[in-house]
Amino acid sequence: MKELVCIVCPNGCTLHIEGEGKNIKISGQKCRKGLTFAQNEMTNPMRSICSTVRTAFRDVPVLPVKVSCEIPKDKIFEVMQAINRVTVQERIGTGDIIIKNVCGTAADIIATSNILKE
Amino acid sequence: MIKADVTIIGGGPAGLAAAIEADKNGAKVLLIEREARLGGILKQCIHDGFGLVRFGERLTGPEYAERFMQEFNERNIEAKTLTFVTQIDRTGEGYTLTLVSRDGMHKVLTKTIILATGCRERTAKQVFIHGTRPAGVFTAGTAQNFVNLCGVMPTQKCVILGSGDIGLIMARRLTLEGAKVLGVYELQPTPSGLTRNIHQCLHDYNIPLYLSHTVTRVFGHDRLTAVEVAQVDENKKPIDSTRQIIECDSLILSVGLIPENELAETLDIKIDPNTKGPVCDQNLQTMLKGVYSCGNALHVNDLVDFVSESGETAGRNAAAWTPKKRLFASLFPGDGVAYVVPQKMDLTDENQKAIVYFRSKKVFTKSSLQVIVNGVSVYEKKYNHLRPPEMERIEIDFAGFDLKAGDTVTLKIKEGEA
Repeated sequence: MKELVCIVCPNGCTLHIEGEGKNIKISGQKCRKGLTFAQNEMTNPMRSICSTVRTAFRDVPVLPVKVSCEIPKDKIFEVMQAINRVTVQERIGTGDIIIKNVCGTAADIIATSNILKE
Repeated sequence: MIKADVTIIGGGPAGLAAAIEADKNGAKVLLIEREARLGGILKQCIHDGFGLVRFGERLTGPEYAERFMQEFNERNIEAKTLTFVTQIDRTGEGYTLTLVSRDGMHKVLTKTIILATGCRERTAKQVFIHGTRPAGVFTAGTAQNFVNLCGVMPTQKCVILGSGDIGLIMARRLTLEGAKVLGVYELQPTPSGLTRNIHQCLHDYNIPLYLSHTVTRVFGHDRLTAVEVAQVDENKKPIDSTRQIIECDSLILSVGLIPENELAETLDIKIDPNTKGPVCDQNLQTMLKGVYSCGNALHVNDLVDFVSESGETAGRNAAAWTPKKRLFASLFPGDGVAYVVPQKMDLTDENQKAIVYFRSKKVFTKSSLQVIVNGVSVYEKKYNHLRPPEMERIEIDFAGFDLKAGDTVTLKIKEGEA
């Protein structure tokens, strides 16, 4: 039996997992998201990451960004390197894409603030 | 002289929600913010997880703030940024505020005030760390400001003292940006941050968490060069044989937040020693008539969703304020409860429904919260888990309980009832 803490929401349910691979029994979750989380966690753990990219503008040296969907946990540092190679040259806003399909993960790096437009 | 019905001090999530709600309810609203931009601390909280309760989405801090800022701007609510409130004086049934900004000094005459001033981080001086005074000792919020707003790395190799949520978030953030976080040291035997943050910020990145440990000394002349850590005994005293010196360039502190109520104190507003915020009634009016409190100034929240909710409660009620005498019953934290908000029920108000926020004193499994009015249990709710880092919210309609002025309502936790 393995124990996991679900990180999907602040409830932080303790999940109990019996068995291995695809034949697992999950208990302890308050909602369906906990099931999906545990299944992924046992096979292909996924994470969301948030960071900043440099900008060419003195008033706003960095712009907050995130991945548009979760990426494999083992790609986190590769994606961080890609994010840190970019310098934003235009006054883009929330939801605008900065890197498409980052590191082949199918996730885009998107801006999460309109600060450059203010 | 500027005139307003509701003046809100602070343009973070609590102040923005209060301003929008007061405007919706027909008040002439003025919001005062000391920084250049609205949004408060959310501007630098670039991680996600905000708004799950309110929007059912996992937003980042800036995204959450900008949803409110957009509505605030669409409503053309007046905001004065880069402006400080230096003084508040009572004037008739209302208040006169003295503002200072780049274009000088202004006076505002307002019927009501909403204090949405947020909270402050505890500093090194407040946790009694010995040694020299080198550069390189930061609060987690300061480190966060450096990295996420200024784009500057304050450290390459650091130790974090305290397992508060901002400390955990910064452990991950600094690691992502290439710094080495040598460990998170927590004085208490249990973590003070949310469980999910221990997992997604520390475990995911193999950052060790040392419970019942503390930093006892810092070294370094100009810049910090090392810290001394030690395990503590049950009386929180460092155990000499466990002292160990760790070389690093920074010490980052995440050792607690305190509601900011300097302005409230100048008005002699009664402060609850448990929350360190003003004593309020169910409408979030303080014991001083016409002055309201919300968000982290009222009590330190762990989820912004509830900060916004309390802002809305304060905003809606401040807009409807009329001078009258209130009669109170009092709410007290009983066995196992660390604090209760609100602390008063105004019995002259038609609305006897209260959103009650509380925290447990320690970890409880399989327990129940009981609300006792004059010795009789009137409400009970079962919990599988109650943890001090996780604030709880319940709605109680006190109308049926026949409360009289001076009555006491006690919230207590009973163990072992499932």
